[in-house]
Amino acid sequence: MKYVDEYRDGELARGMARTLATIAHSDRDYRFMEFCGGHTHAISRYGLEDLLPPNVRMIHGPGCPVCVLPIGRIDAAIALARNPKVTLCTYADLMRVPASGGMSLIKAKAAGADIRMVYSTLDAIRIAEAEPAREVAFFAIGFETTTPPTALAIRLAAQKKLSNFSVFCNHVLTPAAMRAILAGEGEGVEIDGFVGPSHVSAVIGVHPYRFVAEQFGKPIVISGFEPLDVMQSIVMLVRQLNEGRCEVENQYGRAVAPDGNLKAQAEVADIFELRESFEWRGLGEVPSSALHLRDAYAAYDAERRFGVETPSAKDNPACECGAILRGAKRPHDCKLFGTVCTPETPMGSCMVSSEGACAAQWTYRRFETQRIAS
Amino acid sequence: MTIKAYRRKLDTENGRVDLSHGAGGRAMAQLIADVFHDALDNDWLRQGNDQSLFDVVKGRMAMTTDAFVVSPLFFPGGDIGSLAVHGTVNDIAMSGAKPLYLSTSFIIEEGFPLSDLARIAQSMGAASRAAGVPVITGDTKVVERGKADGVFITTAGVGIVPEGLDLSGDKARPGDALLLSGSIGDHGVAVMSKRENLEFDCEIVSDSAPLHGLVAEMVAAAGASLRLMRGPTRGGLAATLNEIAQQSRVGFRIAESALPVKPEVAAACELLGLDPLNVANEGKLIAVVAPEAAPALLEAMRAHPLGRDAAIIGAAVEDERRFVQMTSSFGGARIVDWLAGEQLPRIC
Repeated sequence: MKYVDEYRDGELARGMARTLATIAHSDRDYRFMEFCGGHTHAISRYGLEDLLPPNVRMIHGPGCPVCVLPIGRIDAAIALARNPKVTLCTYADLMRVPASGGMSLIKAKAAGADIRMVYSTLDAIRIAEAEPAREVAFFAIGFETTTPPTALAIRLAAQKKLSNFSVFCNHVLTPAAMRAILAGEGEGVEIDGFVGPSHVSAVIGVHPYRFVAEQFGKPIVISGFEPLDVMQSIVMLVRQLNEGRCEVENQYGRAVAPDGNLKAQAEVADIFELRESFEWRGLGEVPSSALHLRDAYAAYDAERRFGVETPSAKDNPACECGAILRGAKRPHDCKLFGTVCTPETPMGSCMVSSEGACAAQWTYRRFETQRIAS
Repeated sequence: MTIKAYRRKLDTENGRVDLSHGAGGRAMAQLIADVFHDALDNDWLRQGNDQSLFDVVKGRMAMTTDAFVVSPLFFPGGDIGSLAVHGTVNDIAMSGAKPLYLSTSFIIEEGFPLSDLARIAQSMGAASRAAGVPVITGDTKVVERGKADGVFITTAGVGIVPEGLDLSGDKARPGDALLLSGSIGDHGVAVMSKRENLEFDCEIVSDSAPLHGLVAEMVAAAGASLRLMRGPTRGGLAATLNEIAQQSRVGFRIAESALPVKPEVAAACELLGLDPLNVANEGKLIAVVAPEAAPALLEAMRAHPLGRDAAIIGAAVEDERRFVQMTSSFGGARIVDWLAGEQLPRIC
């Protein structure tokens, strides 16, 4: 397939692996966090770590929107969906995320809640138009990549004067999470550099990551999601460290402009504003790390419309999702991994989404750690 | 003087199925006669009995049943009627058996257009005639609006197994060769391309086809060296290989570079975030065969129109963990797992 195969070429990959083996200094370690779940997925799916020298190690970051959503927010969504007037529209990834009391959206649906899987925010708008008697709420999650489509849906609903459409907003911000991880560094996490976000950067551009280099002294290379993109970004990171440089570099120039997508940014800024603070699974409360709807759009805010409350809910105490999301532990460090926690019966969110570190390790790479038949 | 009862013609252009069509009265008799007997016509159905009689041949018989709930009912390359024939014919054929007879039952939702029902029945008849496997008995039920989604079809079938053949999912042994009859993912992508909330333009048509002709050639070429055959239907090639790995207590090693995937299918999967390995097929099979018989089997498969793109895609290996592993074209290895969750509901 054109424009894809080129970035998955095995010959080029082996060439880059040889380059890495040559330039990586054997007397030190290189520990790079790939922020995005999309990178985690590519690394596992293409067996990229098989091609890295042993002293170049990848640490999986928290960039999986499903994974970082705290249980309380899923509980709140389920409560919302149980309102008999409400039709909750959600991306399919969220359906199996474990909530409190052994509940999940898929179980709530089976028990009678009107929950529908959609592929885009526009599907939710169509449902609201087709069923005016239903209160259609869209369960909005994700980083800067999925926020513009939510903004677009709200804009459309306003234009169409739809009075039965609202958004349960859980959009979060990548730079804030990176700052939280870097501020907590040392507590079991040591990072020499970042493989920076792909699609997020296509929206927000290059500049929002400057603090990573300037305040925290870590190099960051914005990287595409294809396996060769990731390989090349790792080569660029190793070169920065070897040369004593610490910069924001852009490997993904074919999609990421320095200023990002200004139109999308303007649309998001018009409809959303910063929350003072938001809870992240694994990172806890992070100030200025999430968005909610501005007062001008309050009519479309499901939280205000239905008085949604977010109960405080505890993760399973044995689940290591938190430490894994901070990069402090690896999936197979968790006692639950592959025993009681598998993609069929997930205990924590990292095992649910295909972008989650645990699901990626289990689905593609468990031959590294699993010894006996399951 | 004889008085001929007036019989209003069934309006298969604009009419709809109503509850009387399932009530056991004249309306039902007329629906069966005008729609189903017309489409599936054969001596057995013409007799109009509650069952059909046939002679039992000497040897082992194979029997199977399958329900079809595909959405949408009509998709590029087929519809629920032809699919209901192919699915059951293929399930029989995977034992190496020659399919003999089919049965069918229709659960129809009140309000379903008679024109669509007739189209489905005609398609079923055409598929059955093309396969040479008659539908010899059937049943219809009508349920209230909202209790079904258009029409659901169940078919069952019986076939006769050639003497000396004993295929089973538990017969793969380390070292056996793994063959695939052609490109993967066509059916699932074709169906998805017509889903109402997903519609996209693509030229892919479903691979839905009866495979018993191909199977007969394979049995002739490899005979008792064949360990097993199976259709990678729901769950795709990944699920099928994992099932066999569990049943046979072996692992599989496959090579990504050997897998036939059409560029349009690869592109659609890329866009939708799917893996062609998990996407359903309805006209493909995999075969596990003793390694020495693999070249002759491959040649026989490629000589048949439905096996033109057949390939040896890997081998069974010793692995007490029963992993299916794939060497990616990129160079690394990875597990090919069952799909968790509900990627593609109602694909068949």
